[in-house]
Amino acid sequence: MKGLYDNEMKLEFISKTSNEAFARITVAAFVSQLDPTIDELSDIKTAVSEAVTNSIIHGYEEEEGIIRVSARLFGNSIEIEISDNGKGIGNIEEARKPLYTSKPNLERSGMGFTIMESFMDDVKVESALGLGTKITMRKRIGGEKQEEITLEGA
Amino acid sequence: MIVDFFKEDKLLVFTLTEDVDQHTSEKIRRKMDNEIKRYIPRKVIFDFSNISFMDSAGIGMVLGRYKLTKMLDGELEIINVNKSMKKIFDMSGVSRIINILEEDKNEGVV
Repeated sequence: MKGLYDNEMKLEFISKTSNEAFARITVAAFVSQLDPTIDELSDIKTAVSEAVTNSIIHGYEEEEGIIRVSARLFGNSIEIEISDNGKGIGNIEEARKPLYTSKPNLERSGMGFTIMESFMDDVKVESALGLGTKITMRKRIGGEKQEEITLEGA
Repeated sequence: MIVDFFKEDKLLVFTLTEDVDQHTSEKIRRKMDNEIKRYIPRKVIFDFSNISFMDSAGIGMVLGRYKLTKMLDGELEIINVNKSMKKIFDMSGVSRIINILEEDKNEGVV
């Protein structure tokens, strides 16, 4: 840990949807050190919530497993890593497509990855079938304001 | 969630009181469906003023209730969403089919 980052934290919890709020609020509390705006905090909370939900309902398919969340601060950026040892994603490209969902029966919209990508500066997905999935997201705090994202375009 | 029904106008108002995510949305959806089927409202309003967080679980929650309300010949409107919720509704295309009013913006009310 020494010297690599300005600060770091790690969380581990069981894959229960009741932990979604715990995860996003804890990450938000940690990143507060960088003095983010309310909008930046909200973006980070949403992205964390999406990744944790994915691990619970897709990774572990609502069975019990462990989800790990770690966050690192360096300069004015935060890097968040969310990983599970669930079933993994067969086709990452397809999973990242807007509106793609393997669980329409749960009224899932298929917007999870799209939201992570829009709310964070960078999202990396690593996954292996049967082994699990790791999402690494970065965001610069106090950077240029993101443009409003709309499907309508202009 | 607070449920208000205004009989004269057949108006059903859902005021959300807990943040919307996968955990809370299931319970909320079930309750909303029961209320909509009970009152057969002409109009349903989702009021987000009391909460500050919603993730993509909110998209399914809104769209599912929109379909049900429409099937019963009613309409649905969303009010008092914050910037981040608006972004999610815009991205997913929800705002193209449902009228959404942001916080402190009352222009455009039909």
